[in-house]
Amino acid sequence: MSDSSAPGVRRDATEALDLRLNVNGENHVISVEPRRILADVLRDELDLRSVHLGCEHGSCGACTVLVDGEPAASCVLLAAQVEGRRIETLEGLALDATMRALQTAFHEKFALQCGYCTPGMLVNLCSMLRRQPKPSEGEIRERLNGNLCRCTGYQPIVDAALFAASAVRDEMEASG
Amino acid sequence: MTLVGTSVPRQEDERFLQGRARFIADIRLPGMLEASIVRSPVAHARLTAVDVSKALALPGVVAVFTAAPTVPVPATTAPVRADGPRPGSLHQVTGTGSYRQYHLSPPAFRDLVHPIEKTHDVPLLASDRLRRVGEPVAVVVAEDRYIAEDARELVRLEYEELDPLLDPEEALRDGAPALYPELGDNLQAMVAVSAGDVDAAFAEADSTASFCFRMRRQLGSPLETRGVLASHEPGDGGLTVWSATQMPHLSRKMISGILGLPAEEIRVVCPDMGGSFGGGVYYEDILMPFAAMRLGRPVRWLEDRSENLVNTRHARDQVHDVEVAYNSDGRIVGLRDRFIVDMGMANFYGLVVPYNTVTHLRCEYRIDNFEVEAICALTNKTPGAPARGAGRVTAAFVMERVMERVARALELDPAEVRRRNLIPADEMPYDMGIPYRDGVPVVYDSGDYPAQLEWALAAIDYDDFRQRQAELKEQGRQVGIGIACYTEGSGYGPHEGVTIRLGESGNVTILSGSNNHGQSHETTLAQVCADVLGVDIDVIRIEDGDTAIVQYGAGTFASRTAVTAGNAIAVAARQLREKALRVAAHLLGTTPERLEIVGGRVVQTDGDRSVTLGEVAAAVRPGSALPDGITAGMETHHYYVPPTVTWSSGTHVATVEVDRDTGHVAVDRYVVVHDCGRVLNPAVVDGQVIGGVVHGIGHALHEEAVYDDEGKLRTASFFDYRLPRAIDVPRIEVHHQEFLSPLNELGVKGCGEGGTVAAPAAILNAVEDALRPLDLRIMEMPLRPERLLALIDEATARDPRA
Repeated sequence: MSDSSAPGVRRDATEALDLRLNVNGENHVISVEPRRILADVLRDELDLRSVHLGCEHGSCGACTVLVDGEPAASCVLLAAQVEGRRIETLEGLALDATMRALQTAFHEKFALQCGYCTPGMLVNLCSMLRRQPKPSEGEIRERLNGNLCRCTGYQPIVDAALFAASAVRDEMEASG
Repeated sequence: MTLVGTSVPRQEDERFLQGRARFIADIRLPGMLEASIVRSPVAHARLTAVDVSKALALPGVVAVFTAAPTVPVPATTAPVRADGPRPGSLHQVTGTGSYRQYHLSPPAFRDLVHPIEKTHDVPLLASDRLRRVGEPVAVVVAEDRYIAEDARELVRLEYEELDPLLDPEEALRDGAPALYPELGDNLQAMVAVSAGDVDAAFAEADSTASFCFRMRRQLGSPLETRGVLASHEPGDGGLTVWSATQMPHLSRKMISGILGLPAEEIRVVCPDMGGSFGGGVYYEDILMPFAAMRLGRPVRWLEDRSENLVNTRHARDQVHDVEVAYNSDGRIVGLRDRFIVDMGMANFYGLVVPYNTVTHLRCEYRIDNFEVEAICALTNKTPGAPARGAGRVTAAFVMERVMERVARALELDPAEVRRRNLIPADEMPYDMGIPYRDGVPVVYDSGDYPAQLEWALAAIDYDDFRQRQAELKEQGRQVGIGIACYTEGSGYGPHEGVTIRLGESGNVTILSGSNNHGQSHETTLAQVCADVLGVDIDVIRIEDGDTAIVQYGAGTFASRTAVTAGNAIAVAARQLREKALRVAAHLLGTTPERLEIVGGRVVQTDGDRSVTLGEVAAAVRPGSALPDGITAGMETHHYYVPPTVTWSSGTHVATVEVDRDTGHVAVDRYVVVHDCGRVLNPAVVDGQVIGGVVHGIGHALHEEAVYDDEGKLRTASFFDYRLPRAIDVPRIEVHHQEFLSPLNELGVKGCGEGGTVAAPAAILNAVEDALRPLDLRIMEMPLRPERLLALIDEATARDPRA
């Protein structure tokens, strides 16, 4: 029934692969077409709804996840590309102390309005603060260059990041 | 009031911080299909046929809907297996699918002003004509979105291209072909108003000047794209539509009218929504319900970003021919403006945007001789729509650029020229001499504009900046300062309604016709209820954005919810409180006057007995013995109908530094002094203002929706349509005046859009100031780097010595 001469649509391109994905500390074997993007697999196959689609061309950061600890736009990655890598979403970072400090800080500083950019912001900042415990405002703004927000004007997000960084440092000092 | 006025932390944060909010893309129903829209690739053409045969044959495609003649689908020779994939079905949409503009002016306005407002049918799916790139032609429905998008690419359109009309002035010329023959021409709407005696003012003034301002097309572009999910299950009692819409009730009304279903059999729900910045009912709000009803399965459409940029919330796009009459002391004595709005291929919003420009054009100034004419022109582009600051952004830009040009001509400081023109505080409330869109005279209800200006100038150290500016310019640095003020009619009607219920647990539920999509209503509206009723905020829950929960609703747009829903809650909560006190008085054997409600408990003021509000509710359960005059249940209801709009206002001052080599503009400091009446929650209001300013900075320096000369949108991704990012913007400092509105009990005014309204003017005034003595003559927005460099070259050519 399918027209194999139709441009761009080949039957064998849609045959499913069994991908081994490590997501939020758990191993999954997921059967997906090779062309499925990571964001869709995380959302649809693994029900990780914190991953938001804002542009589907790697420009807005709403879909930011961590791949081996580094932020990546999951809308421009094929799920097949990250087989064997360690993927983390906001859901998986829920118990991370830095993430908890960021979530508390976002709440205290009114760093979200519609909430659509929020997971991407949190994930990116979490990975930043793990490596850079004392960032400046300028460094935070540069780090967030890949995360668009249309509601807050960024200022309260920056304030929240500074506040969280300080809270994390205090916590580390207190626990020696 | 104890919570109102304080920065109560947001009640709604948890689900967003956990990534557990429910946006339209998060809602899945069993058996759900996904849709993709086939859209016109050309700006203007005769559509002769649509070939859907390859799309229908793709495995996983369930149906294709078109309204155009279709190339015959070849009969399949392969046997159809009972357990195999079924070929998709073709559905011709004929006779059903068009809609007319739904925002005609209210009769009170029309009787006063006699506008021209032409209406015409707009097909939901093109049948014989393509009138813009992006116009929907067919809907493909498939098992998943990937297949639907594949199938979309397989639909082939047959058409004969026609010349597109892409310039509104050309579209209005005599003899230009009419986009809709039944209208005769491309003048879709026109309105003209005047106040005072403009001719006399121009005749008597010391000087006159004229300008042409071009404000290009810009987009709302929220971070979440749109989506519509429709389900028609007999067991649900009818049609349910989830839509990322600002106006569920309007959406329901449109669906009802077009599909012929009673409104009571339709439920429209807006889930969590990732911003919107401009509302309305779009094609897909009707097409998805239609598809779901035809196919007997839920159908969902999710917009992708390029679709969003091409098709949704196109705004601004106005050209103004302005004349100003002024005296040598800087007083502006007369203003004439004739402007054209490029409305694209259809105007669904009537005079909403252009008349907003009319009513907001004079900002905070006393210009009693005033004449303005607005024309909406049809062209082969995406329909124009309101987007944040609808019509007011362009108004503020025109007025504040005029102020700067007058200041320059007279060699007066721009701050001083404004001082001489602002409406003095002791003349408030001030009648501006023309009606608002609701037909009620525009009267600025409260405020102190001169004090607002002085505060802003002091906050940014204006005099100090002028001194440092001279020194820095000596060093070759192009630094400048710019001012812009604005007014904002907010809290528009027609109404908003709430129901408030007190439960036996002591919990309070508010059902509201408003529609929160980032404005923190779950907090601010709860604050009002908490204070009036006497409960803690965490026992209050707000539901909104759902046609099932209030009979009449308007929605959230035009900075209206604090005024409308807020005041509805104040009244309904007070009624609930009064009933609770009467019941409690009965329970405690006293009178209501000797009771008060604190923290959810009704306590004696002259004793120590009390009952909880939960106990009060339980006491009037149906079937209980009720005191005289008390009805069962603890539920109150109120529709608030505003008398007219309230008037928020603000002064923005910005400093910038311009790089003459790259055209890059760095915004250094930004101060806002803002009046939105009673501030319900300062942190929330600050957030709205700051977010709005950043949106406006984008509009000043980066954002432009560019059509090429074939009518294709070149800026269809975030690489090309450049939104402001964290590194582009400074910290923004916000100060609040609080001139309560006399028009409503809470004294609130709207605050959601003001930040965007004045920012482009403030920024571009600063840019022009930064290049002095070179006279940039900024007549347009945005001013992207390459345009700024071109203006610098032109200015240098005009005056090489500068």
